[in-house]
Amino acid sequence: MPAVLIDDVHKRFGNLEVLKGVSLTVEPGQVVALIGRSGSGKSTLLRCINGLEAIQSGRIEVAGHIVDQDPKHLRELRKDVGIVFQSYNLFPHLTVSQNIMLSPRITQNVPQAQAETLAREVLAQVGLSEKFDSYPDNLSGGQQQRVAIARSLAMRPKVMLFDEVTSALDPELTGEVLLVMEKLAKGGMTMLLVTHEMNFARNVASTTIFMHQGKIWESGPSRELFSNPQTPELRNFVSAGAH
Amino acid sequence: MSLQFESVLAETDIILDGIMLTIGLSASAIVLGLIFAVLLVALRTLAGRWAGIAVDCYVELMRNTPFLVQLFMIFFGLPLVGIRMSGTQAALLAMTLNLAAYATEIIRAGVDSIHKSQLEAGLSLALSKRQVFQYVVLQPAFARVWPALSSQFVLMMLASSICSFISVQELSGAAAIIEQRTFRSFETYIIVTVIYLLLALSLKVFLLWLGQRLFAPVSGLARVDVKAEAA
Repeated sequence: MPAVLIDDVHKRFGNLEVLKGVSLTVEPGQVVALIGRSGSGKSTLLRCINGLEAIQSGRIEVAGHIVDQDPKHLRELRKDVGIVFQSYNLFPHLTVSQNIMLSPRITQNVPQAQAETLAREVLAQVGLSEKFDSYPDNLSGGQQQRVAIARSLAMRPKVMLFDEVTSALDPELTGEVLLVMEKLAKGGMTMLLVTHEMNFARNVASTTIFMHQGKIWESGPSRELFSNPQTPELRNFVSAGAH
Repeated sequence: MSLQFESVLAETDIILDGIMLTIGLSASAIVLGLIFAVLLVALRTLAGRWAGIAVDCYVELMRNTPFLVQLFMIFFGLPLVGIRMSGTQAALLAMTLNLAAYATEIIRAGVDSIHKSQLEAGLSLALSKRQVFQYVVLQPAFARVWPALSSQFVLMMLASSICSFISVQELSGAAAIIEQRTFRSFETYIIVTVIYLLLALSLKVFLLWLGQRLFAPVSGLARVDVKAEAA
């Protein structure tokens, strides 16, 4: 069974159709990159997968859950599907460890001591053990994003979604976040990521999907896709990104 | 004109009792009103459309009628439907209900100011809407509107003087009694003015201190401290 199955999904904002029949599958352990211009629908697609956006037609299954808009179903789904956002979205009034422990404590009833162990574990995974008691405001953007990844990992997700997680970071900080993601990918995490980091897509993602005007325009094994784009749109996009 | 404070100061006991009642009424109304307000905001945010409309109606009713009239409605109106209470109890109820309405409006503004991305982060971590409200939204919302809430609390403390209209012997009620006994109106109210001023300023300072203790990590102050440390 695929980890993510998307079948003929249509999504409209008012009269604007942003997804015009998108279908794709992600196998367990696979890393898939979604690339494309702003407005091509890639972020919307990602947000549909964990139910942050409702779809008008089609079908999405992820980690064994069928995505609908029933709040109870969505909570169960989100225990298995992590998402990391461009703007980190850490909770400013909670320390790093409290950010991480919040959901395990209240949605999975993990006891405090065990939650602390879990927090130390995932913080070590992103290389930020020493920030256990810091507040988000005292961290750099790259550190905040790594904490956000750790916070997602603490849920023990089966699938991780990354929505342009390095777009708000300068190049130096981008590197440290991508390194963490690469480690995750090598560790066998199923990942679907929207990214503008073409090198990362080429080198880490096994499959890259190029979206254009709300459709999957072209997809394939990453290296082939980048070295030999079939459509003029992807060719333009890749050469524009290469500057 | 000559001011004579001796006869007024001879009534210190009444003044002290008045101060204690003003503080007691205000503190109780602030705590109870705040709890009620949080429940109303939760109802408005989480429950359905009709609950929201009901809360809005309540808030508008209390914010668009005079406190004195609300006090009279409770003190003279409730006995007609079989609910008897002392003047002090009626005062506390009126102050609580009035403060709750204003605080609801202020806290709601704070809740609305929390960025949608914070809610999405909470929901994405499998929290329910109630849990997002309770654990993600409420504290930062409070931190943002704490100054506005604080001035509302001070206004309520000052408005407690209106309760003297139903013979509650808080500070203003005490003043009225002393005035009748001594015929030293101006002296009495000079003293009462100074006391109210001191009470209001003390409350303001206390609330500022409390806000910094409770909300330091989310207010701008914490960040300034950190920068100062680094420098």
